[in-house]
Amino acid sequence: MPTVSVKRDLLFEALGQKYTDEEFDELCFEFGLELDEITSEKEILIREQGDEKAEGASDVVLYKIDVPANRYDLLCLEGLVRGLQVFKEKLEAPRYKRVSPADGGEPQRLVITEETASVRPHAVAAVLRNITFTQERYESFIELQEKLHQNICRKRTLVAIGTHDLDTISGPFTYTAKPPGEIRFKPLNQSKEYTATELMSLYKTDSHLRHYLHIIENEPLYPIIYDSNGIVLSMPPIINGDHSKISLNTKNIFIECTATDLTKAKTTLDMVVTMFSEYCEEPFTVEGAEVVYPDGRLCVYPELAYRTETLSGDFINKRVGINESAESIAQLLTRMCLRSEVSGEGDLIQVEIPPTRADVIHACDIMEDAAIAYGFNNIVRSTPRTYTIANQLPLNKLTELLRQDLAAAGFTEALTFALCSEEDIADKLRKNIAETRAVHISNPKTTEFQVARTCLLPGLLKTLAANRKMPLPLKLFEISDVVLKDETKDVGARNNRRLCAVYYNKSPGFEVIHGLLDRVMQLLDVKPGRNQGYHIQAAEDSTFFPGRCAEIFSCGKSIGHLGVLHPDVISRFELTMPCSAIDIDIEPFL
Amino acid sequence: MADTGLLEALLRLLEKVDGGIDSQDVAADLGVDHQLIVGAVKSLQALGEVISAEQKSSKRWELTGEGREIAEQGSHEARVFNAIPDEGLPQNELMKMPSGKVGFSKAMSNKWIRLDKAHEGGPRVFKTVETIEDTVRDKLQLVQKGLSAKLEDKEKNELKKRKLLSEVTVKSYWITKGSSFSTTITKQETELTPEMIASGSWKEKKFKPYNFEAMGVAPDCGHLHPLMKVRTQFRQIFLEMGFTEMPTNNFIESSFWNFDSLFQPQQHPARDQHDTFFISDPALAHEFPQDYLERVKQVHSEGGYGSQGYKYDWKIEEAQKNLLRTHTTAVSARMLYKLAQQKFTPVKYFSIDRVFRNETLDATHLAEFHQIEGVVADYGLTLGNLMGILHQFFTKLGLKKWVEVGNSGVFRPEMLLPMGLPEGVSVIAWGLSLERPTMIKYGINNIRELVGHKVNLQMVYDSPICRLDS
Repeated sequence: MPTVSVKRDLLFEALGQKYTDEEFDELCFEFGLELDEITSEKEILIREQGDEKAEGASDVVLYKIDVPANRYDLLCLEGLVRGLQVFKEKLEAPRYKRVSPADGGEPQRLVITEETASVRPHAVAAVLRNITFTQERYESFIELQEKLHQNICRKRTLVAIGTHDLDTISGPFTYTAKPPGEIRFKPLNQSKEYTATELMSLYKTDSHLRHYLHIIENEPLYPIIYDSNGIVLSMPPIINGDHSKISLNTKNIFIECTATDLTKAKTTLDMVVTMFSEYCEEPFTVEGAEVVYPDGRLCVYPELAYRTETLSGDFINKRVGINESAESIAQLLTRMCLRSEVSGEGDLIQVEIPPTRADVIHACDIMEDAAIAYGFNNIVRSTPRTYTIANQLPLNKLTELLRQDLAAAGFTEALTFALCSEEDIADKLRKNIAETRAVHISNPKTTEFQVARTCLLPGLLKTLAANRKMPLPLKLFEISDVVLKDETKDVGARNNRRLCAVYYNKSPGFEVIHGLLDRVMQLLDVKPGRNQGYHIQAAEDSTFFPGRCAEIFSCGKSIGHLGVLHPDVISRFELTMPCSAIDIDIEPFL
Repeated sequence: MADTGLLEALLRLLEKVDGGIDSQDVAADLGVDHQLIVGAVKSLQALGEVISAEQKSSKRWELTGEGREIAEQGSHEARVFNAIPDEGLPQNELMKMPSGKVGFSKAMSNKWIRLDKAHEGGPRVFKTVETIEDTVRDKLQLVQKGLSAKLEDKEKNELKKRKLLSEVTVKSYWITKGSSFSTTITKQETELTPEMIASGSWKEKKFKPYNFEAMGVAPDCGHLHPLMKVRTQFRQIFLEMGFTEMPTNNFIESSFWNFDSLFQPQQHPARDQHDTFFISDPALAHEFPQDYLERVKQVHSEGGYGSQGYKYDWKIEEAQKNLLRTHTTAVSARMLYKLAQQKFTPVKYFSIDRVFRNETLDATHLAEFHQIEGVVADYGLTLGNLMGILHQFFTKLGLKKWVEVGNSGVFRPEMLLPMGLPEGVSVIAWGLSLERPTMIKYGINNIRELVGHKVNLQMVYDSPICRLDS
């Protein structure tokens, strides 16, 4: 959930009203937002870097507001104010309009060449004419781009935004891709020219830009946008050129968005222009730009598409659980920037979804907005009439029953991790990792998460090691799942519910663990015996001390092992006393 | 238990006095060691209210070892005097006596004897008086009898200087009659025995009182893990509410069921390497319900079912990637898909099982935790129903501020309709972690103290039973 930081006084000025913190918190809640924190730049600096660094920092009050992840229209002060004013019916949602250049001039044009196909194939563009920036508006404009980059643009992987002072460049513009060695320009806020290759090493240490280098670093061709004079506008998604940079005095802005996802590019462009066209000479109008594709297709952007959905008042009432007239529902939706009218046909409502509400993709989103506007706290809680008979999962039922009786038998339950290191399930148990049937994790951050466990024993031994100071004997058990590769499953692996117990004392206590096996079998109503019953049989297993290990059979089928652990296993788990263990599969007893 | 005779002797002494007596005096009276009397006092105290005794301490004069010897055998000088016959004794012979040296010089200074150095045959010692009075011995005998008060301080100090007396602190008891004083002792039994029950002798016996202040002996038993105890209670709550348990015993899941089937787009940040554990072996899932997969692909890339879709290039390769499930909702999706393949009947499902996140670890986050999930599928479910059932669930938990610990919502039509569920069916669901409410309930701040091998077993041994609603 993104957090938007706005200056309180600016916010109240734009809202035309002052609120107490509590009142504003309440307003946020009603609108489906959350006032997360009230702070200031100074306070943040003090918290993050200490008193000294914070000296002289601004103590202007900041509101940090949590915004739902897909509400890109609320990521800046302008959008937030517009949304709240419409919600409070102080303002009618503006209509955003794409216009042609004044005086019948040619629209700006961005030509995409086919070289971009391999790296970043999409681009859209638009122009904001005769805009008036102030310091605050300018900062908000930069901040919105950053917020969009972090959210809908997925850290610039899907979309990257470039904004340029149109009066410093001349179209048509070319979006192409070139080998990094052939790209050379003066990047934003640098004093000299670099090749793209040099830039990549320059930005390796840049705290902000280094996070984006990986997107194109290993590509043979880098995306690049030129104007008709060969001036570089930007090298997306990394950096803009210094030549076309915008300032407080910029009047006309050329906006380009390059992308790997065209839908997201269009939405991003719509967001930037709908939010800031407010400051154009003719508010809420945006000058279209033409984009020419390698195949010759020509599209005009921004789309600023309005879409109408028709749904019934009954649908909203039934899904939310309220009973409102179609008119009143239309009014609720209009307050959420979804201009709605009762069509006159039954209780049908026509809902217009503006370009700012790209998050509304289904009638259920409209329903949710109606519920927000109605107020979640005003909806009457009711119990579903769904009549069902409960069933336990047989495997979990068996597990629950066995756990109780294992504790009654004097063993204490451990709860260990399902993920562990390769070493835990192989080397430390004197096994070969290749023979474990272990599922391997491709991206562990530490060795603790290399594999899913194939047996419960390492976890229990680690629990013993962490509790060596406790009085002996230590008797532990766990009934839980291990994971094994299994070709017959759709994902190639399956869980296996196992019971494992250890006895740790000055003497190995094989008879204790053996007695536990007898008790478990008694609980499972399996009698000792070779055919229909259970029996144990001497076996060799590298985890156990030679001659002190037996395989356990139930109804002729091998279900596990018990025995005295090998001294090397004991040492490798940083233990010092003899230890006996049992490990069985409980799934055959379902 | 001290000897009954001694106890009764003590009681008889006590009977005769008004007020009380000192245990030291009792020892002197009965002519036994004081330690025996102390034992007797303790035994009597254990019998209940027979006597009451208060400990006190006092200073008292006592004979040293040498003092006791003198009290018995007389002073050195007296012994020397008595050893000399009327015809005298050669000095060198006298000096061979144990008391010779000290006794000779003392007897000389007392003028009880004289030395004839010029005697033929060597120096010889003669008595000068007929009889002597051995005052040192008399004084020591007085002290021995406990009558030191009869001596003057000066005399006592002189004997102290000669290391015959010493002043010691004595502890003693001031013994008075108890509320059930009696001069006869009934022996107290410690425990009821089978013989007493058989013979009925318990009726006549008195039993030694128990010390109810002491702790009992800890039972020799096993213990269930506190988090698992809470899990049992959550299971119980769901079962009480009529929810059927889902099979969540599949930690490895495909991206398809974990994300795509839930209408989570393939570029979603949750599908990032930084948030999810992907599997390198077995890396890919190889089997999907093919026509359902096509419908999922369509709703993501083109929309449908009343949806605009996400309009991006949906890739099977992305859906095939195996991972450690990030939520049990992957299982809910499988269950709802299965449900949709039959004639629809309303269901209520739940699960509590492990999920995995490749997150940065801290005091409240581990790479794996237990997710609790509830799902209801039926025709015509409303947001009011969702809020109603959540209210009931959290009321059973005894948690008022449930918004803090969980998530809830209505599954999107883009998820449900491609599965084949009927149009009018709504599915409401909620989820929370098992660890969070457990930590709140038991006041645990660091999750590692609760989950994993670093757990303190003493905490497991000591944890109370779990009653969520109290």
